[in-house]
Amino acid sequence: MSIILDKVNYIYSPNTAYEIKALNDISLKIEDGQFIGIIGHTGSGKSTLIQHLNGLMKATSGAIYFNGRDIYENDYDMKELRTKVGLVFQYPEHQLFETTIFDDVCFGPMNQGLDKNKAGLRAFEALRSVGMPEDLYYQSPFDLSGGQKRRVAIAGVLAMKPEVLILDEPTAGLDPKGRDEILDLIAKMHKERKITVILVSHSMEDVAKYVERIIVMNDGSVMFDGTPGEVFLHYKELEQVGLAAPQVTYLMHGLSEKGIPVDLNATTVEEAKNSILKAFK
Amino acid sequence: MLRDITLGQYYPADSVIHKLDPRVKLMATLVYIMSLFTFRGAAGFMLATVFMIVVIRLSKVPFSYMVKGLKTVIILMAITAVFNLFLTPGEEVLVHFWKLTITMEGLKNAVFMLVRLIYLIVGTSVMTLTTTPNQLTDGLEKALMPLSKLKVPVHAIAMMMSIALRFIPILIEETDIIMKAQMARGADFENGNIIKRAKNMVPLLVPLFVSAFRRADDLAMAMEARCYIGGEGRTKMKPLHYQSRDYLAYLFLIVYFAGIILLRIFLA
Repeated sequence: MSIILDKVNYIYSPNTAYEIKALNDISLKIEDGQFIGIIGHTGSGKSTLIQHLNGLMKATSGAIYFNGRDIYENDYDMKELRTKVGLVFQYPEHQLFETTIFDDVCFGPMNQGLDKNKAGLRAFEALRSVGMPEDLYYQSPFDLSGGQKRRVAIAGVLAMKPEVLILDEPTAGLDPKGRDEILDLIAKMHKERKITVILVSHSMEDVAKYVERIIVMNDGSVMFDGTPGEVFLHYKELEQVGLAAPQVTYLMHGLSEKGIPVDLNATTVEEAKNSILKAFK
Repeated sequence: MLRDITLGQYYPADSVIHKLDPRVKLMATLVYIMSLFTFRGAAGFMLATVFMIVVIRLSKVPFSYMVKGLKTVIILMAITAVFNLFLTPGEEVLVHFWKLTITMEGLKNAVFMLVRLIYLIVGTSVMTLTTTPNQLTDGLEKALMPLSKLKVPVHAIAMMMSIALRFIPILIEETDIIMKAQMARGADFENGNIIKRAKNMVPLLVPLFVSAFRRADDLAMAMEARCYIGGEGRTKMKPLHYQSRDYLAYLFLIVYFAGIILLRIFLA
């Protein structure tokens, strides 16, 4: 049970003046149950990449295997794939349309062919797990705040019970509090539901705290792929492509240069604290 | 998937046609459309074809790009062709079965109507592909300026047009994203009968309209914040001036249209 990408290429508007190579020979293996962060600045191909994972975009060349089957086979059920690989787009405004929040979350399960009752149950469960207050269920989704809209959008995909949940910049446009709430929520869902979660972001800080594996995209290629500790060791290269390692990485490297034996692999404030305390003991 | 619509999409290239004054191109498009409905017979058709091929060649825009615009009106073209084919009364009957008759006149009409429609779309595509929306409305505004003496709000119309044109690619892109977002939730925009398909459009249209209104609101606010009060006393950063190539283009245009009229008078 995994997603395998084999030499995937994607070219926008081939053979015209607008031709852009968005993905360049991407080969990846995404294991079941992993919590992955995909990082890259705007235009690095990260959004294009995730749209390939659920078949919304078709690779110009290369192959993608989901649970061992080639998704570009003629008789492959794309609709089924899309329910298994749930993709939450960046802006909730792009998907909210129903008159009530509850109906909107029912949209996915209903498309899966569930009857009204079953879809309703799924919707209740999904809305509860994203922490929406129950008195809002029958309000219009357009009246909600940015953070709450995002919760509803996530619930809308979660209600389809995907095996893989992909979130495209789920924290864009949120204030620090809203951002932490959404990220905590995603981490909680990964833990409780034991699903694969892929988090797309351009903020290292956001991702470092939660994920177990980071894939850095640059110019349509995978630049680094490893644990946060491994990836942040390349903080100088990351800076060159317009990304930055978390503050903690800089602090630890600074301390180490001054001759204090701290752990350079620390990526969160907690790990850094422990390592520094140990060094001074 | 919606990238096939080329209407209102500028294709950057360094060509004579791109450099022409937008007023020339507007006039040329107008004259070309008139010529399409003026010509009769094979000679006129040839002239219109040659004219278009020359212009397309000069514009350096790939031919495939122009034809893309046709895909969206295939149904309209098919209906026009079928109606002309079967419903034109005539003397010379070619095929007759059941209640349907195809006459020689019908066949001719159908073919010419089809050609006219195709040329019309490709011809206007040449203009929109070689002219940025801004140039286009600048040209339109200047060309229509005399009407403002008659209290026609020329500037407001031009501004509305430029905004509308400017938003076409944005809304197309937005439609694309919304479709994908809903497809990710299992929405189906391709299958089912016509009523079901219309119903399936609701999850697409609601977010699209909401976003269009929000964008309009934001734009109005941004314009007011920069003290936009309409056309009164407003100057241009790049005012339009005719160059010698523009006069030359007008000359070619006159020769072409004269040719079409002469062919119609003497050969029909």
